[in-house]
Formats: sequence, structure tokens, C-alpha cells
Amino acid sequence: MGGTMGWHLLRGWTVLVYLFMFLPVAVVVLLSFNASQFGSFPMTGFSFRWFVELANNDAILRAFQTSFVLGLMTAAISTTLGVLASLALVRYRVPGSNYISTLLIAPILVPEVVLAVALLLFLNFLGINKSFTLLLFGHVIFTLPFVILVVQARLVSIKRDIEEAAMSLGASPRQTFFQITLPLMLPAVLAGALFAFTISFDDITGTLFWKPGGVETVPTQIFAMLRNSISPEINALGTVMILLTVGLPLLGMGIARTLSQKRGG
Amino acid sequence: MSVEAREARQPWILLSPALTAVFLLLFVPLLFIVVYSFWLRTATGADQVGFFLDNWREALSDAFYRDILLFTLKIATITTLVCALMGYPAAYVIARSKGNKALLLLLLMLPFWISYIIRTMSWINILGVSGALNTALLYVGVIDEPIQMLYNQTTVILGLVHFLLPFMILNVFVSLEGIDTNLEDAANSLGATRWQAFLQVTLPLSLPGLAAGGLLCFVLGAGTYITPLVLGGPSDAMFANLVFEAIITQLNWPLGSALSLMLLAVLGALVMVYNRYLGMAQLMKGLG
Repeated sequence: MGGTMGWHLLRGWTVLVYLFMFLPVAVVVLLSFNASQFGSFPMTGFSFRWFVELANNDAILRAFQTSFVLGLMTAAISTTLGVLASLALVRYRVPGSNYISTLLIAPILVPEVVLAVALLLFLNFLGINKSFTLLLFGHVIFTLPFVILVVQARLVSIKRDIEEAAMSLGASPRQTFFQITLPLMLPAVLAGALFAFTISFDDITGTLFWKPGGVETVPTQIFAMLRNSISPEINALGTVMILLTVGLPLLGMGIARTLSQKRGG
Repeated sequence: MSVEAREARQPWILLSPALTAVFLLLFVPLLFIVVYSFWLRTATGADQVGFFLDNWREALSDAFYRDILLFTLKIATITTLVCALMGYPAAYVIARSKGNKALLLLLLMLPFWISYIIRTMSWINILGVSGALNTALLYVGVIDEPIQMLYNQTTVILGLVHFLLPFMILNVFVSLEGIDTNLEDAANSLGATRWQAFLQVTLPLSLPGLAAGGLLCFVLGAGTYITPLVLGGPSDAMFANLVFEAIITQLNWPLGSALSLMLLAVLGALVMVYNRYLGMAQLMKGLG
């Protein structure tokens, strides 16, 4: 049967494609535990020394702090704007909603470099120089479309019937919103916030344009370390980043699943 | 105010913060750099306000910019083709697999969460002078001293493919998933071989997904400046690197505006053509 042969070939190909996607990243994690002096091949033993060095490196700790604060603030603002807009688009019949959707996702249709330049130059013209504020504005506008896409996709599945039932049983619109709609929306809101946080935490393309001199986020810190000289700590830093940006969403998904199971049971 | 009028106003109240943000932080800034591109940066570093065509003349007529634009489009094209060739079969396998589809999909989402800069720099560990490949080749004895495999056009493409492949796979998967498998069975029962059924039924129906993935790979690939900086050599600068140079290094903001707008025009035209024939809905499916 040519069919099964072909299928085996396709599966083999897919395994190779997945290896291509993950092997280099796995090597980063592997090398971060390397005891060797230069942190590169060959592996000479297992050690946490690079993580210890990371924890003692002030520049890296500052970068983490900047990234965290920036990510949290971006997530808070972006999610608020995004959830409100998604509610309008999903819950109401808005004339020209197709055009509005396209307008709202425009920030990811424009190449990020161009967005970065336009925002930097315009806000500079208004007197806002390269600063944390500029970074925040940039990250908000860049993450907003993703939040809207994610939240909208999940809001669609919340039935209006439940709210109407609450209202017909005498709940006021305010009570209905806070006791029915908001709890139902919570997973969508959290998913949007998590998405905004990880995108902000990972961003480098715009961040390099917007950040003031001397301020680094984790990705720009890694970039700077790559350019100066490849320091062995960089793999450890990469491992911490991977743990954070992969671990957080997985944790979020796990929590969401447990919550929905509880509710179901 | 009547109930209807209030009901009609509500969505606009909900939309206004987001629309204001997009308006003030994207559209007005874009209009601003259009104006800015006609100003001049004088030798003293001050901007001369006016209507000068110098920046545009330089950006459009200088062979240096044209060559790098063509180079950028070439790199993006190769990247997109490689992504399609590598990604399509994988997406097909994911869509048609039964037992481990959920696992394969979860794994496919992981690269989106792993930082772009880490995925890019990870290749230094593989291909660098003291990287995995050189170490292995030395150990086996194929080579006597490490060879420099990094910092050329091929590694730039490699880095871009590594970054963009998940976008391609996801988009193709979404469109394959929407195709009724009965169609292929029907073609088989009417005498088509599996290969014929694929070529004449499944492949054409999945083209919108392939196009969406291709558009994303091309536009994201052509707009990058980090990958050439990390994995490319001195002669592998792409167009976005020129923008970065003009804005950050030379501080020639009017020229940087003109270059940014050139990039926007080229990539924007592509998005428009896509939108004209296929619409944005398919792209949204893959992103959402």
C-alpha cells in the first residue's frame, strides 16, 4: 500500500520538523547546566553555577524588574481596553463592525519596525522622549490586537441566555454584569492578560527603539550580551526566560482546566 | 434619552478607549512620519521644517537602498518557500493524526511562547565555533579545526525559518482542519488515488491557509532587523536594519521616516492584494 508508506514518510518528516523547532532551544537549556568554564560544548558536568551568577548580576536583575513592571502594566491597560472593545464587538450590533475590527488589529498589520519608528518620532515631537512611558505606550498598542483577538474568540462562546435569565429573575443590569457576566468572562480576561504579558515580556523589535539608554528589558539585555561577547550566563538567562514564558501559560491553562472541571462537577 | 438611543451608544462607549489608542498611537504617528519625511535633518542636528524631496530622492534613487530592498524581498521569499515546504506536510500530519493531535498542537504553540531572541541565539550554540555541530564533527574526526558556519545569508534564513515556521504550520493546520475528510474519501471511492485526491481536493481547499501563513512569514520576515544582527554577517543587512541605522545610529529621523514608509508601502501593498482576493478572515482564524 503506497498510502501507508506515504503516511510513514509524512510522519517521519513531521518528527524532523518538530526536532528542528525544539532541538536548538533544548540545547540552550542543556548548556545552562554545563559546569565548563566557558559554558559551551563539551559538557563537563552538571552545575547550577550560571544560575548563581545570574542571581548575582545586578544588570540582569534590573532587566527582570523592568520587564516585569512593564509587562504587568501593559497587560493591565491592554486587557482593559481590549475587553471593553471585544464586548462591544461581540455583544452589540455595531454598524461597520468589520471595519472597526480591522482598525483595531491594524497595529499588527503594520510592520513592527514602522510602528516603532512612527511612535518614537511622534511622541518625541510631543515632548515624550525615550522613556518608560514611551515603552508602555508602545507595548500597549502592540499587544492590544492580540488581546482583542483572543478575548473576542472566547467571548463568543458565552451565551446571552444566562444573562437574560438572571435579568428576568429580577437582577439589575449591574448585578447581572458583576455576578454573571464577569465570572463567565474571567477565563477570557485572564487569557488576554497573560497573552499581553508574555508578548510584552518577549518583545525586542519595538523595545530597542523605545527604551532609553541604560534601561534594559530581559530581551534587550540578552541582545546586548550577545553583541558584546557571548557570556556563558546567557544560556542560563535563556532557560529562566523559557521557564517563565512557557511555564506561566501552561500554569494558566492548568488552572483554567481545574476551575472549569470544578464548575462542571 | 430613549432606551434605543442609549443601547446604540453603549458599544461606542466601550469601543472608544481602544479606538482612541489605535488612533493616537498608530494612525496619527503614521501620518506624522509622512510629514516628517519631507523635513530635513541639518548638519547641526536640528530639523528644518518644510517640504523637501531630498530624503525621498535619496531613498528612491540610491542603488544602495534599492539593492538592500531587493535583498530583503529575496530573503523573505526564500524563507516563506522553505516554511511552506517544511510546514505543509507537518500541518497535514497534525490535522489527520488521531491519538496525539492535542499533544502535537500544544507543542506547536510552545515556540510562540519562547522568546524570539532566545530562539534566534540558540543557533549560535548549534552552529558556532564551539557549538554542537563543530564539536561533533571534531570528535568524529571529519574536521581538524572548527569551521565558521555562522554569520552568513544562509544562517539568516535559517533563523527566520525557525522563527516563522510555527505561523505557517498553524495557518495551514487551521484550514486543513476545516476540510471535510469525507471529500477525500469520496474522491477515493470514485477511483482517485490518495495522491490524486490530495492534489485535486485537499490541496486546493487548503490554499487559503497556505496563503495566510505565507503572508505572515513574508511580512514578518521582511520586517526583521534582529535576526540579521544576531545571525548575519556585515553584508546581510536587511531593509529594517537600514531603518534602525538611520533612526538610532545616525539620528537622521527624516530619512528614517522615508525609509520606514518605503517598507510600509511595499509590505502594505502585499497585505492589500491579499485582502482584496482572500480577505482578512482567514488570517484572523490563524491568529486567534
